[in-house]
Amino acid sequence: MSAAKPVLTARGVEAGYHGRKVLQQVSLEVARGELLAIVGPNGAGKSTLLKVLSGALRTWAGAVELEGRALKNMDRRDVARRLATLGQESGSAFAFTVMEMVLMGRAPHLGAMRLEGRRDVDIAQQALRSFDLLPLAARPINEISGGERRRVLLARVLAQEPQVALLDEPTAFLDLKHAAEIFARLEDLRAERGMAVVATLHDLNAAALYADRILLLKDGAAVACGRPQDVLTRDNLQTVYETEVYVGRNPVTGAVAILPAAR
Amino acid sequence: MSQAPASGSIPDSTALETGASEPGARRPYLTRTRMAAVLGALTLVLIVVCAAAVMFGSVPVDFTRAIADRTSPDHAILFAARMPRVLMGAVVGAILAAVGAALQALVRNPLAEGGTLGISSGAAFGAILAIVLTYRFGGGSAIVPAAGFAAALISTLAVYRLGQMHGRVEPFTLLLVGVIFNTFWSALILLINSLVNLYQTRSILFWLVGSLEAPTYGEVAAVSALGAAGFVWLGWHARDMNLLSLGDEPAHDLGVDVDGARRAIFIATSLMIGGAVSVSGMIGFVGLIVPHILRLAFGADHRLLLPASFLGGAAFLVAADLAARVAIAPAEIPVGVITALCGGPFFIYLLRREGHRGIAV
Repeated sequence: MSAAKPVLTARGVEAGYHGRKVLQQVSLEVARGELLAIVGPNGAGKSTLLKVLSGALRTWAGAVELEGRALKNMDRRDVARRLATLGQESGSAFAFTVMEMVLMGRAPHLGAMRLEGRRDVDIAQQALRSFDLLPLAARPINEISGGERRRVLLARVLAQEPQVALLDEPTAFLDLKHAAEIFARLEDLRAERGMAVVATLHDLNAAALYADRILLLKDGAAVACGRPQDVLTRDNLQTVYETEVYVGRNPVTGAVAILPAAR
Repeated sequence: MSQAPASGSIPDSTALETGASEPGARRPYLTRTRMAAVLGALTLVLIVVCAAAVMFGSVPVDFTRAIADRTSPDHAILFAARMPRVLMGAVVGAILAAVGAALQALVRNPLAEGGTLGISSGAAFGAILAIVLTYRFGGGSAIVPAAGFAAALISTLAVYRLGQMHGRVEPFTLLLVGVIFNTFWSALILLINSLVNLYQTRSILFWLVGSLEAPTYGEVAAVSALGAAGFVWLGWHARDMNLLSLGDEPAHDLGVDVDGARRAIFIATSLMIGGAVSVSGMIGFVGLIVPHILRLAFGADHRLLLPASFLGGAAFLVAADLAARVAIAPAEIPVGVITALCGGPFFIYLLRREGHRGIAV
């Protein structure tokens, strides 16, 4: 991906919590329209890396750049117009409707005292439609299922119209159909708008199937980064996950397919 | 993909409503129409309540004589006693309810308000300490509200700091810390009470219960100015409150300067509570009841909830004070007793309801 100029870059990033370092010298680049998957075992620093990329967590060393500008020097709203995050949030203490929740994605695009206008409502509705949520638009967000709430948050990311979407486990709580639909929607958006996606995924097969490139993390450091077939090798996976795996091919898609092989 | 054309016409009043397809069904988001209708209706309610509160009281007043004869007792009752009291009730009620709505967003807990978070009692302690000290050593009258504000701010910050675990707000911990602060400040107030003379003891009771007795127009003007300034400041952050109620990280990711917004809300609410408490004592539960009912009726969006609470709180406290004046006329019940009698059971109801649903953070 060296041909296109990267939209998001991290160079030699180190970060952590309460004096405990989690990330060690991690670097990455994401180009327009690309899907970069971050994979690795529990506690490898996947979510921490996303928080550094979103600016929610300060770097101890190294730098993050969004469209060539240092993230930490940018205005928050300026960043939020270009970069949207799907985190592990669980809702609100108050009964906002699904539609209101998605409209909140328009906040960085509006002045402080402005109500959402017709265009914002159109955008939010389009986002709801993308994730089959229109029938739920009037429901309070704390009265829908976990999987539905996950899709609502994804719709909000869409309504934010970002250049880069940072998705922490986008398919958590989702069934097979909805998970596949989400990757299909993301693919559309990447093609139509050139939106780049950085997603943490615990599902290696989804990463192999949908990602352009994969960053493999272990103990907060990058073990490998590149095309799925080059990163998801038996050697790499057995080193990182410390268990036996079988690496083959998905006969339908041709993508790398991984199965646990420990008895 | 199939429901409607890509953009342009908005079929939402029918398509977006689940099951409700009749025309005029409420849209599931805040519109200008809803804002205008709700705020207009609440303004009307406030005017009616205020008119009633001026007309009725512990003694009947002859209005023609009150206006014609400036030396009549009717004139004195109407213009020197009732009017400033009604105005003060409106201002204090507006402040308490708007602050309640703002604090609930800030700490992500519908049980939060100046009273339950211990901010009101902090302000009362500061004001009482200032009264006792100025009584003994002298000093200007502006010291009392200033001390109230300072103590309110310190109390807010302390409760907020102690209610955090590893940098995250824990709504129930924070509420418990507030309740404990409330008790602690009240104990300090009673300690001062036992150290000072009888004359001051009576005024300390006034602080603890909360009352709108005998305010001056000067006090009304001062608290109005404070309330208006604080309200505009809070209003500027109304949408931030929506986003902050989702959590610090989502708010940050949606473009909110989380620390800046939080600081602004802290200072504005402390200023408002400090001002309100310094003239009316600790009137509890207004900030709990009013925003909750308005949220149920008109939705959770703070761009409407905040001004609606402002108007609704004013109407609520004026009505409560009217009840306080006429219930056992010619004697009076302190208005804080009325709000607490309504608010106590309401708090329990909210606690049970929220506990059952689980407050998400």
